[in-house]
Amino acid sequence: MTADPKGVLTGVHFLDGDHAACEGALAAGCRFVSGYPITPSTEVVERFAQRIPMVGGVFIQMEDELAASITMLGAVWGGKKVMTVTSGPGLSLMMEHLGLAYITEAPCVFIDVQRGGPSTGLPTLPAQADMMQVKWGSHGDYEIIALVPDSPQECFDLTIKAFNLAEQWRVPVFLMMDEVVGHMTERVVIPEASAIEITERRWTKKAPGEYRPFDACADGVPAMAKAGDGHRIHVTGLTHDERGWPALTPKSQDKLIRRLTNKIRDNADALADIREDQCEGADVIVVSYGITSRVASSAVLQARAQGLKVGHARLVVAWPFPTTRIAYLATQCRAMVVPELNLGQMVHEVSRAVAGKVPVRLVDHAGGTVHDPKVILDCILGAAR
Amino acid sequence: MSETTLNDDQDLSGLPLVDNPVMPYLRQERIPHIWCPGCGIGTTVNCFTRALEEAALDLDKVAIVSGIGCTGRVAGYLNLDSFHTTHGRAIPFATGLKLANPDLNVVVYSGDGDLFAIGGNHFMHAARRNMDLLVVCVNNFTYGMTGGQVAPTTPIGATQTTMPFGNFENPASLPFLADAAGATFVARWTVFHVRQLTRCFKEALGKKGFRFIEIMAPCPTLFLRRNRLGDGVDMVRQYKERSVLRNGADTKEVAVGMEGDIVVGTFVDRERPTWLEAMNSHFSSVLGDRYRTYGG
Repeated sequence: MTADPKGVLTGVHFLDGDHAACEGALAAGCRFVSGYPITPSTEVVERFAQRIPMVGGVFIQMEDELAASITMLGAVWGGKKVMTVTSGPGLSLMMEHLGLAYITEAPCVFIDVQRGGPSTGLPTLPAQADMMQVKWGSHGDYEIIALVPDSPQECFDLTIKAFNLAEQWRVPVFLMMDEVVGHMTERVVIPEASAIEITERRWTKKAPGEYRPFDACADGVPAMAKAGDGHRIHVTGLTHDERGWPALTPKSQDKLIRRLTNKIRDNADALADIREDQCEGADVIVVSYGITSRVASSAVLQARAQGLKVGHARLVVAWPFPTTRIAYLATQCRAMVVPELNLGQMVHEVSRAVAGKVPVRLVDHAGGTVHDPKVILDCILGAAR
Repeated sequence: MSETTLNDDQDLSGLPLVDNPVMPYLRQERIPHIWCPGCGIGTTVNCFTRALEEAALDLDKVAIVSGIGCTGRVAGYLNLDSFHTTHGRAIPFATGLKLANPDLNVVVYSGDGDLFAIGGNHFMHAARRNMDLLVVCVNNFTYGMTGGQVAPTTPIGATQTTMPFGNFENPASLPFLADAAGATFVARWTVFHVRQLTRCFKEALGKKGFRFIEIMAPCPTLFLRRNRLGDGVDMVRQYKERSVLRNGADTKEVAVGMEGDIVVGTFVDRERPTWLEAMNSHFSSVLGDRYRTYGG
């Protein structure tokens, strides 16, 4: 189906990434946000608070990020499309409810506008150092989807995609922004509502008594019901059976956790979104994501101007990691270069996929600003030799 | 009691079979429950289900939310839409559920450690906002599920595994906290007071706003045994002997200790706009026709 026009601000705008992400959420049908202020993400919820009374829905500023992230989950079972927004320190507090969202298969969107860390770190300055935390920060085995925009336009587009993927797979989906993308202002085109495709929630068609809330369909995803529909559902963070009842045995753990992880792992290739530029026949391929991809583009162009064959692969979907495609690209080049605004995170995934076929060089950065393109260029030149 | 007690040798064949009236409110397939013999939680659930029956609510529109702990398991046994959440966060989960679907009558049912230690911040803010929730706290003075550690309610002098030489921390008085934070209805009963508690549940289910009921309940395995206070029945006897009914009592005067009075009754009953009522009326007044009144 297409978007509800009430939430779609059709037109050409001059927006920063935070505001564009908010408009993406409204266009996607998000009608409930529970948040807690934290730099550099706050503008997302400020805009939502300003806009939602006229669209129809609720914004509530909770007492902390633990509350914000679970209030969102309560609203899922009340039937709303939901989102919460934060940055590093708040993300750390939300890790417990990332796990609850995952094990209860609550469709929801987390926006993380990354800043320098650890701890309070660099509140107003960029980093890409939460990339591993969203994948591994909550306890237990789990899989998420993470999208990484590199412009305000993509903050709009990918927020809609995040909501659609959350509904399709019933998993938490992250929009991994960073302070620069969040605060840079660019042209953002918001299409007509009729041109925006929306994935609706998979409501069960079964009658009360026949419906089992965690009985998966063929694709591993169960249909949903909400409180008040007469199904008398039970939802627990404990390991549970198809009825939703606690089932605390190794056998039920194996069945549930494998189904939940395989929903994503088995579909990693289909979920992959890599924007490739001249990768076929390249000697060196730069693998980047988010704001760093825009800096890397400059280095790639300079290297090409020097006569080198350099490809650029930009990860739009960081999780699940596109292992198959990166492994293939490793057979097409002599070296890979991975710039990122951290001291080495996604480079480990790249190396795992490459599996020693070619050298993988990290261009690290402790955060606080973006790379100097020359540093990336030097690494490309070194890798090409 | 003795003249109405049935003996084994009495002929019961002429008596009609009567189902236990709480049966339809429980998920029979999940029984037996996990609670210990002599635990007070089951008694509170019995009173709650009888109140649901007497209140004649549409049970499809009643949802129950629990946190973690022994009382946290209540949600799983009730035949309602039920949510067993994370430790301490039942109230914010319930907040989202209620705001997303205001037609629901949302009840939070959890223990003293869950609601007042790890979840204390959420309790204060939900009461301040007058979120439309009934919050039920079964107070057994201890962390039962984890083996009897000191709780924010443990009286001074009581021994717990993490206070092996006796508790020296000042405990919280839950009705005082609820009152100070802005709850519109505050009551306390014990598991001795089954009829009063049932009436209290029924009354609170019919009201709006942030409503709080504290129920004193024995934990024979981990609190009573460690403190040589006997078994569940001994504690219920204490509740009977120590309880003093004082409706409208000043909540500053109702703290509970190892000895002395246990003040019971309805302490607070007042009206304030709920969070949603306040949002709708405020936005209507400042935004006029531009505002889309929110009803779910």
